[in-house]
Amino acid sequence: MSVSAETASPPLTAAPATELARPSDASRLARLREPLIALAFPLAVLVVWHFATYGRKYGLIPPPSEVALALYDLAVGGINDDAFSSTLHIHLIASISRVYGGFGLAVLAALPLGLMIGRIPLIRQLLDPTFQVLRPVPVTAWLPLAMIIFGLGPRSAFFLVFLGAFYPVLINTIFGVRSVDVRLLEAASMLGCKGTSQFFKVVLPASLPAIFTGLRLGLGFAWVVIVVGEMTGVQTGLGAIIMEARQLSRTEIVISGMIVIGVAGFVSDRLIVLIGSHLLRWSPNHG
Amino acid sequence: MADGLPILDLTGVSKQFELQGQRIEALRDVNLSVRKGEFVCLIGASGCGKSTLLRIVAGFEQATRGRALMWGMPINGPAPDRGMVFQDYGLFPWLTVRGNIAFGPACRGRPTAEIKDSVERFIALVGLQRFADAYPHQLSGGMKQRVAIARVLANDAEIVLMDEPFGALDAMTRERLQDELLDIWQRTGLTVLFVTHSIEEAIFLSDRVIVMSPGPGRIDSQMQISLPRPRDVSEANFNAIRRELSLKLHSPLARKAA
Repeated sequence: MSVSAETASPPLTAAPATELARPSDASRLARLREPLIALAFPLAVLVVWHFATYGRKYGLIPPPSEVALALYDLAVGGINDDAFSSTLHIHLIASISRVYGGFGLAVLAALPLGLMIGRIPLIRQLLDPTFQVLRPVPVTAWLPLAMIIFGLGPRSAFFLVFLGAFYPVLINTIFGVRSVDVRLLEAASMLGCKGTSQFFKVVLPASLPAIFTGLRLGLGFAWVVIVVGEMTGVQTGLGAIIMEARQLSRTEIVISGMIVIGVAGFVSDRLIVLIGSHLLRWSPNHG
Repeated sequence: MADGLPILDLTGVSKQFELQGQRIEALRDVNLSVRKGEFVCLIGASGCGKSTLLRIVAGFEQATRGRALMWGMPINGPAPDRGMVFQDYGLFPWLTVRGNIAFGPACRGRPTAEIKDSVERFIALVGLQRFADAYPHQLSGGMKQRVAIARVLANDAEIVLMDEPFGALDAMTRERLQDELLDIWQRTGLTVLFVTHSIEEAIFLSDRVIVMSPGPGRIDSQMQISLPRPRDVSEANFNAIRRELSLKLHSPLARKAA
């Protein structure tokens, strides 16, 4: 075997390259560059916002400083001491549990459905057209019907979040299963792997990147629809306080709620990306 | 040569495709018999049906007419005794080198200890010890093709079917892999059916070269290569054979011989 010559200059790139890029001050500075650039735009927005709103009487939009105070009061209290003070954790937990609950239900339903629609022609013919027609119906349009079917309260909220997360997971799972490289199926059957075991050992892992994209989009949508979901008359939740603050013209609370949803959605997306890049470290496009 | 059953026996194999409403005759009346341990190359212009022939032997395609037998039994779908090495590798990207080689034996329910042993043995055979835990996307083309070869060998393939396996590799890697393949072939007593469009590769590797011609795909002629191994591509006899084969491949008159 004369393999030494080729293996001596290994094109093994991915793993060692990241390990090499460690210390040195220059690279540390380079690593700070990106978050600094990312902060520049929001800071600029803050400045514009401040000068556009600060010191105006009867302004409908509060300046950033007022929002910051409201956010602080919402989180720990001690400033306004009203109904909103120090209630953030209650609303945050309520929303998180609805987002993840609805998302979890959506995954439980959409994943097996997507796998079957992608793999079994009869099921595809039976269900796919219906889903294609239902898909463009916006979640907000479902609101009245959800309230009739599930009543006022958290069950409707769950349902709407579920709906928001369902289609991205379903569509991407179908896409993933249907776009498995035929060559891999041939390779598997030539190696003696057929039928059900081929499904679990080849189809499933091969469609994992697409499924993961669906999960990520689905979780994102779950956060997007949480406000609509909590318009169903629930007492707690970030959507609920936004709706309540709106009725009381407490715009600074509305904006605080928006900020918290944004941050929570962002953190939750980072988490799923982290999990995904661990599971998909074999994939040149992830990992 | 005639001692007992051939490992592979094709009689009157024809294949027709339906492509956009048009009938395409990919193979017409192909007869081919391969002895155990033989290294046979299929060569011909594109569209001569050499890949289709290989895929029929692999069991990916069914012959429209004729019989394809392995050890006298009809070929019925793909199976581990006929291992395929694809030009585009067909490795499972989510498995490491080790995982790819262990895939077949694991699917067939071999005992874990046995799988481990044979995986290490075949990793060593193709010289990939240092890359055993790498994923396919981290490997060069030559390394990927080594994994693909090890994968079918570890799965007890009796015939290795290779569809232009080195076609996508650079010349240096290609030559090295040809040497390695011959080395493995000589040590293991495998039977190899090798599709190529390179005359030199065919003469360098094989015991017998099957020349195919297109429209419809069929066997044009055969040539036994009895040069001693290791073969020297620049030697006079090698060149004589190369010239002869080249004439057979390129001259339309040669088809009369078939």
